[in-house]
Amino acid sequence: MSDDPVTRFKAPVRLDYTVTAGSVTADFLREILKGRLVGRRCPDCRCVYLPPRSACPTCGVITTEQIEVGPNGTVTTFSVIRFPFEGQVLEPPYACAHVLVDGTDTPLLHIVGNCDVDDMRMGMRVRAVWAEELKPTLASVRYFEPNGEPDVTYDSFSGHV
Amino acid sequence: MSTPVAITGIGQTRYAAKRDDLSMPGLVREAAKRALDDAGVDWSDIDAVVLGKAPDMFEGVVQPELFLAGALGAVGKPMMRVHTAGSVGGSTAVVASHLISSGVHKRILTVAWEKQSESNAMWALSQRFPFAPPTTAGAGGYFAPIIRAYMRRTDAPEHIGWQVAVKDRQNAALNPLAHLQIPDISLEKVQASPMLWDPIRYLETCPSSDGACAMVMSCEDDGHKDAAWVHGTAMRSEPMLFAGRDEVSPQAGKDCARDAYAEAGITPADIDCAELYVPFSWYEPMWLENVGLAESGWRAVDEGRTALGGDLPINMSGGVLSSNPIGASGMIRFAEAALQVRGRAGAHQVDGAKLALGHAYGGGSQFFSMWIVGSERPS
Repeated sequence: MSDDPVTRFKAPVRLDYTVTAGSVTADFLREILKGRLVGRRCPDCRCVYLPPRSACPTCGVITTEQIEVGPNGTVTTFSVIRFPFEGQVLEPPYACAHVLVDGTDTPLLHIVGNCDVDDMRMGMRVRAVWAEELKPTLASVRYFEPNGEPDVTYDSFSGHV
Repeated sequence: MSTPVAITGIGQTRYAAKRDDLSMPGLVREAAKRALDDAGVDWSDIDAVVLGKAPDMFEGVVQPELFLAGALGAVGKPMMRVHTAGSVGGSTAVVASHLISSGVHKRILTVAWEKQSESNAMWALSQRFPFAPPTTAGAGGYFAPIIRAYMRRTDAPEHIGWQVAVKDRQNAALNPLAHLQIPDISLEKVQASPMLWDPIRYLETCPSSDGACAMVMSCEDDGHKDAAWVHGTAMRSEPMLFAGRDEVSPQAGKDCARDAYAEAGITPADIDCAELYVPFSWYEPMWLENVGLAESGWRAVDEGRTALGGDLPINMSGGVLSSNPIGASGMIRFAEAALQVRGRAGAHQVDGAKLALGHAYGGGSQFFSMWIVGSERPS
C-alpha cells in the first residue's frame, strides 16, 4: 500500500539556509581559526562559557571578558552511539561526551576519539585534537583524545553532570 | 475566583507505526469526534479549538494547523496552536483549561497529534547545529549521557531500566489502543536487545507512532457525573545550557511540580497514580524524584511500587514507551490521568483512583507541564 502512488506520495523538501553567527560567536570562530579555544566569563557569577555566550543565561549580564581555555578537559559523562541512522556523519560505534574543558564551567558536547569505546570512563582526562585545516566551526577540533593523565574523582566534577 | 474546569470528553485514536488508512486531517478528526461523542456534545457546542503538535520537521509539514480548521470544526471560531517541543501535548491541555478557568470560553476542544510515519523524527533530531561538531544523534543521543549521570549519582543497578521497560509493556497489553504489543516481554528480552545509545537498549526506548488525542473541557459537568476536574496546572521552562544546570533533575521540573501541588492544595503523597513522560525507561526513576513522588526513584521501581498493583502506579496505559506520537504523547499522559479518576481506564484502571498526575517534558528537558486531576469538583 505504501508504494501505491494514489494513497501515498513522496514530497521531498530541501533548503539551504544562511545562519548569522552574531559578533560573539564570530569572535569565537576567529580564534578557532588560530587553533585557540576562547570562552567568555560572566562578570557577575564569574562562570566561563564555552562556546561563549553573549549574555550569561543565569545572570542575564552581558559577557565582555574573553579567556583562553583548554586544551585539556575532563569527560563528565558520555554515550556510545552503536547504530546507524539517516543523516549520520560518523561511523558507529563512536563516543559522544560531555567534556568539561579546563577553565570552563559548562560541559561541551563533543566526540572522543583515539580511544576504544569500551574504555570510555566518567572522569577520564582528554585533550583537544585539531584538524589539519582549521575552519570556522567547533568541528575544527576533530575530537578529544585521552591525554595520559590519571582519571579525576567523581566528586571533582559531580556539579557538572 | 477562577472557574472550575471539567474534562467531559476524551478521545484517542488507535496508536500504530503507520496509520496509512487516514490523512492527517482524518487522524485528528478521529480523536476529536470520539472526544465529542464521549462528552455528548456536537461541533456547534464548541467555542474554540486549541491544537498542539511537536516541531514541524517531525512530519515535514509546516504549520499543519492551517489546513486542519475544517476537519476540526473550527471555521469561524478561535483556533490556536501551542508549541513547546515534546511537552506540547501537556502544555496544550493546560492552555485549553486556562481559557475556561479564566472565564474566556465555556467549552473547548483540544487536540494533539503526530503522524511520525510521514517523515523521520530521528533525522529531524539529528540535524547539525551551526558551527558545531556532528554530535547530534536523535533524542537518545541527547539523553543517554544524562541517564548515565543519574546511574552514577544514585548508584542505581543496571536492571532498573529493564524493569521499567517490562512493566510498561505489560501495562500496554492491557490497553487496546497501545502501539507496542509485546506479550512475551521479559527482563531477559530487554537485556538481550541491541544497545543503541549506550546505556540505552532498543527495548528501553519509545517507538515512533501515528496517533492523536483529544479532550473536551467545559465550565460545567454537562450532566456527566463521572467528569474529571482540573485541580492544579503548571508550566515551567529553563535554558538548555547554563552554568550549574542539573540536567538529571532540572530545577524547572521541580518548580513545575511544586506549583501544581500547591494549586491543588495537596502533597505528592496524595497522588494515587501518575502518567509521566518516559521516552527512555530510566526517565521513570528520574522523574519520580524530580516531581517529588519518591525520594529514591530507582528503589521505588525495584520494590515494584510503580507497577499497576503497587502503591504508586506509573504509566498504567503503557506510557510513551508503548505509544509515541510525539506531539500527542503529553496530552495522552494528561488524558489517561483523567480517565483514571473517571474510573474509565478499563483493564488498566487503578482501583479507586481519586487524584492523578499528568506530566510532560520537552526539548533538552527545557519545558515542563503538569496537571493534577480529581474525581471531585474542586472546592
